[in-house]
Amino acid sequence: MSEIRGIYTLWLREVKKFLREKPRLLNAFCQPLLWLFIFGTGLRFSANVAGHNYQEFIFPGLVCQAMLFTAMFLGVSVIWDREFGFLKEILVSPVSRPSIFLGKMLGVSTDVMLQGIIIFPFALLIGASISPFVFLRALPIMLLITVGLTCIGLVFASLMKSFEGFGLVQTFINLPMFFLSGALFPLSNVPQWLVWVSYANPLTYGVDALRTVMMGGAWAPLFPMYVSIGILLAFDAVMFTIGIYAFGRTE
Amino acid sequence: MSPIIETFALTRRFGSTVAVDAINLAVREGEVFGLLGPNGAGKTTMLSMLCTILKPTSGTASVDGYDIVRQHAMVRRSIGIVFQDPSVDADMTARENLQMHADLYGVPVSEQNDRIQSVIELVRLEDRVDTFVSTYSGGMRRRLEIARGLLHYPKVLFLDEPTIGLDPQSREHIWDYIQKLREREGMTIVLTTHYMEEADRLCDRVAIIDHGRIVALDRPSDLKKGLGGDTITLGTDDGRVLRDLLVQNGVSDVITVQDGEVRVTVSDANVLLPRIIEAAVGAGIRIEHVSLSHPDMNDVFIHYTGKDLRQEEVRRKRFGRMAMMRLRRAR
Repeated sequence: MSEIRGIYTLWLREVKKFLREKPRLLNAFCQPLLWLFIFGTGLRFSANVAGHNYQEFIFPGLVCQAMLFTAMFLGVSVIWDREFGFLKEILVSPVSRPSIFLGKMLGVSTDVMLQGIIIFPFALLIGASISPFVFLRALPIMLLITVGLTCIGLVFASLMKSFEGFGLVQTFINLPMFFLSGALFPLSNVPQWLVWVSYANPLTYGVDALRTVMMGGAWAPLFPMYVSIGILLAFDAVMFTIGIYAFGRTE
Repeated sequence: MSPIIETFALTRRFGSTVAVDAINLAVREGEVFGLLGPNGAGKTTMLSMLCTILKPTSGTASVDGYDIVRQHAMVRRSIGIVFQDPSVDADMTARENLQMHADLYGVPVSEQNDRIQSVIELVRLEDRVDTFVSTYSGGMRRRLEIARGLLHYPKVLFLDEPTIGLDPQSREHIWDYIQKLREREGMTIVLTTHYMEEADRLCDRVAIIDHGRIVALDRPSDLKKGLGGDTITLGTDDGRVLRDLLVQNGVSDVITVQDGEVRVTVSDANVLLPRIIEAAVGAGIRIEHVSLSHPDMNDVFIHYTGKDLRQEEVRRKRFGRMAMMRLRRAR
């Protein structure tokens, strides 16, 4: 019972901090707008993806991108807790390490979900028809994407000594995962090596599943839904296990 | 009564350096116990092991009857800790910090508000309990940390350098709270410090640590007595006569004469000084001036470690707290 209380309080802290950080919320709101309206408009008229409205095409990709970047940033920002000493207060409490990890993970995941959901109203602005039903079907897929990504961020936080290393995460995790997920271009017309590398990226399955749900018949899925869901579940399970292990050995 | 903390050859190595070297000590229930030592003596390492943050390389210890290696979850429930470096969340209010702590330590929800109220009153932060900690001064943060450490009614409270980097007034406040706690709650308190005055004023017993070993352990007053007592310096026109007189009267055997000044080492200057003056006046010796010095903890410290802590204090002040933290991390 006290473990659950501990998990709850750690979750609450993450969510409170996320909602209080006004500049970050503003940024969360505005950055996808730039991608959608400037980048999206530009490419729509210069390098059109056959058969699709480019903005509608990248919209699910941008949801994934926003979640990816937020998960990495918030996950790694556990380093600040260590820097400012607060992590010690948590680690020395009677709450077990797996519970601490779970509380953090749930908290950051909630933030990441909020970040993904914030973007949905923009779909109306680009003329995509996203009904409440489609939105509700997108949520579980977003959750599956979120959990795994959040765990990656937290694992990095437990490995890194200081926040200066975040640049490396940006270059070697965020951008490759984003570019190699099929978020910005379809994987149907690219060289084979790019296809293979993208297939090794769990986010590819997230983007594909999300597109399948959001674009309906206009999108020909790369994988059947059960394959995407299965791979996302496996990805979550593996990252969660690694996360528990990584947090267990921090002194 | 068995001791509330007992260590058994407790040892911690970092690579080839031995930070804590097979220490055996026992802390009694209800006492304020001080670990005094220069920087890098092993105080914080010792404390970290007792708090179960750091695993010992060998040996073990019991806290409130629980083994620090095998039963660390139980130990954690029994203790409160105030770390040397700040550990409150500045982006939260004091109340939120306390609530979070109460949740982490399984304080029943129905009791949380009352307990928060009472600890916040103890450290006199009632007016600021709902403001963000980022607006607090260093002293206020320390007080909040002490309040937080008390929230789950620990049997033992560990304070790692509780007044480091604070101004004299805040330091005085913190000392007051510690004294209050010990009187009111009968709590066992273990603190590390490198401030002599702190050890002297607060602690029932003090262990002096140097190079990971305990070089002395006793009540502060006994440690000082152990140095051989007080020194009385008397100015007179004929020192030799006075010396012979005092030796005759059996006041002391340790008397030196230098430039007309007679230095007498005695066990208790406050009692013997009137007798000395009486004897001198009776023999017709004129005494021009008298001065008296009691050994302080700094003398004790120099005696046992060969180091002058006051020098370190000056150095520390010059660096400032942030610089020290940076050094610590860089190491």
